[in-house]
Amino acid sequence: MTTHERVVLDVEGLRMRYGTTEVLKDVNLRVHHGEVVCLLGPNGAGKTTTLEILEGFRMRSAGRVEVLGTDPAHGGDDWRARVGVVLQSWRDHGRWRVRELLAHLGIYYAEYSTAQIRRPWDPDELLAAVGLTAQADKKVRMLSGGQRRRLDVAVGIVGRPELLFLDEPTAGLDPVARREFHDLVERLADEQDTTIVLTTHDLHEAQKLTNRIMILSGGRIIADGTAEELAERIVGEDEVRWSHDGQSYVRSVPESTKFAFELFRKHGESITDLEIRKTTLEDTYLSLVRQSTGEQETVPEDAAGAASADSEGGTVR
Amino acid sequence: MNKTVMRAGWSRGVTELRQSFTNGGDLFNHFFWPVLMLVVLFLMRDVSFGDGEFELGTLVLPGILGMNAAMAMVTMSQLLTADREDGTLLRAKATPHGTPAYLVGKIISVSVGVVVDLAIFLIPALFIIPGLRVGSSEAWLTLGWVLVLGLVATLPIGAVLGSLFSSTRSQGLLTLPIMAMIGISGIFYPVTSMPEWVQGLAQVFPVYWLGLGMRSALLPDSAVIVEIGDAWRHLETVGVLSVWAVVGLVLAPIVLRRMARRESGSTMAERREKALQRVG
Repeated sequence: MTTHERVVLDVEGLRMRYGTTEVLKDVNLRVHHGEVVCLLGPNGAGKTTTLEILEGFRMRSAGRVEVLGTDPAHGGDDWRARVGVVLQSWRDHGRWRVRELLAHLGIYYAEYSTAQIRRPWDPDELLAAVGLTAQADKKVRMLSGGQRRRLDVAVGIVGRPELLFLDEPTAGLDPVARREFHDLVERLADEQDTTIVLTTHDLHEAQKLTNRIMILSGGRIIADGTAEELAERIVGEDEVRWSHDGQSYVRSVPESTKFAFELFRKHGESITDLEIRKTTLEDTYLSLVRQSTGEQETVPEDAAGAASADSEGGTVR
Repeated sequence: MNKTVMRAGWSRGVTELRQSFTNGGDLFNHFFWPVLMLVVLFLMRDVSFGDGEFELGTLVLPGILGMNAAMAMVTMSQLLTADREDGTLLRAKATPHGTPAYLVGKIISVSVGVVVDLAIFLIPALFIIPGLRVGSSEAWLTLGWVLVLGLVATLPIGAVLGSLFSSTRSQGLLTLPIMAMIGISGIFYPVTSMPEWVQGLAQVFPVYWLGLGMRSALLPDSAVIVEIGDAWRHLETVGVLSVWAVVGLVLAPIVLRRMARRESGSTMAERREKALQRVG
């Protein structure tokens, strides 16, 4: 995957307040062209709010936001044509047939076709790419959950966006559908050179799909890096278990290999049942979130939701 | 207007029309009212009005046409609310030129749908009811402009109503005032036989004027005596319908923009949650 220097997404000091509740306190993030990044965080951490601000669907309280060089709050149709959006759940166009819908939505992007990026995506090629060729003439409402999700992605990319937002794309998918979905996202990133920002609760998914993970908690990005880098930040508290003289021991140590060597040097062969568990992303995540929420309470999800409903002019366009 | 808006809007309108006429539930709706009205007409065909100069059925037929045209307002309102609920509008917002194209599509599908519904009613009705000016080209011309002006007057108001209701469930509230409006509008019985204050009220709403316009097109001139002031009042018809059209066309973009601005994934999810709670 090629990662260019071009900044696609630039956020500085982003704040979002619903009434007196501050959901986003000071979010700073930057995404480069071709990157696949993941926004990870507990429920109510403000992932969806952040995404909606970036998508231009919600007006922020403060801060500087640039998406493809434009403030999404004032993004016109030209900007819209370069951004793909896949929300948590779509139920629209249930009466349309799958191919018919993709062909129709393609019309909107034709005028934005350039020599580099031919728009829109041919409906049949697109159906093949997302694996819905067999469902081409089915009505949208007759699709299964996994098929519907793939259609949502197809709709999100029909205009060949330079930047694609996926909000919890695999929530509610069975393992097979989830795997197929992962393959699709990987192909998009590799073959289409699309910059992808996704949110998820699934740590394995984050680790598998993305180059970079950003953890949002307590209204701030509390960690930003590859899965390995994040693990290192908790400085390798690996777990070592062993038995000696019929007694078992557990110890968390920073350098587990060295520790084991010392253990053998001291006790030789009388050490049994040695087990070393490396820090997993899950451990890292839990410890990071615990640290950050120890300082400040996270906003409960429904409080943010309820406040958003009656906040006048809280959304854009 | 942008070329994409027209192309995509046209494609939307045509697709939605086709869906609407190839789907069991929708076909039932397209035929239910016209058939019911035909039954009413059939039962009324021999009832005479006043001193027996006119059959009530003859007077009522054009009124029904006018009423059905005015119902485009309700259709528009319901479709808009439903599309907001299921995310069709949000999808339009996420698409370049999506919202105006959506509206163009809706206007095409609703107005052509209304014209088809009118034909479903009118063609068989002409066999039941004698004494209409079906041979006169001037009659059809009048019918044409009354219909077009009527749609321009009622569709934007329908869109405004659709933006005000937050769920398909609350749309039900609209039914009662609409029924009342039809009841006093002189569609089923000449308005001149009603108390004067009712006549005054009826003349505020577009249904009365659409009915009057249709009667002026299809009834022989001698039937004018059952109308207010013994006149077809074309000038007033154009005036009142135009006022509704202007009010609607000014309000609709404002209200629609306001509604679209508030749409986002979370507002949609929230609405669905509420709907589910009510069911559960």
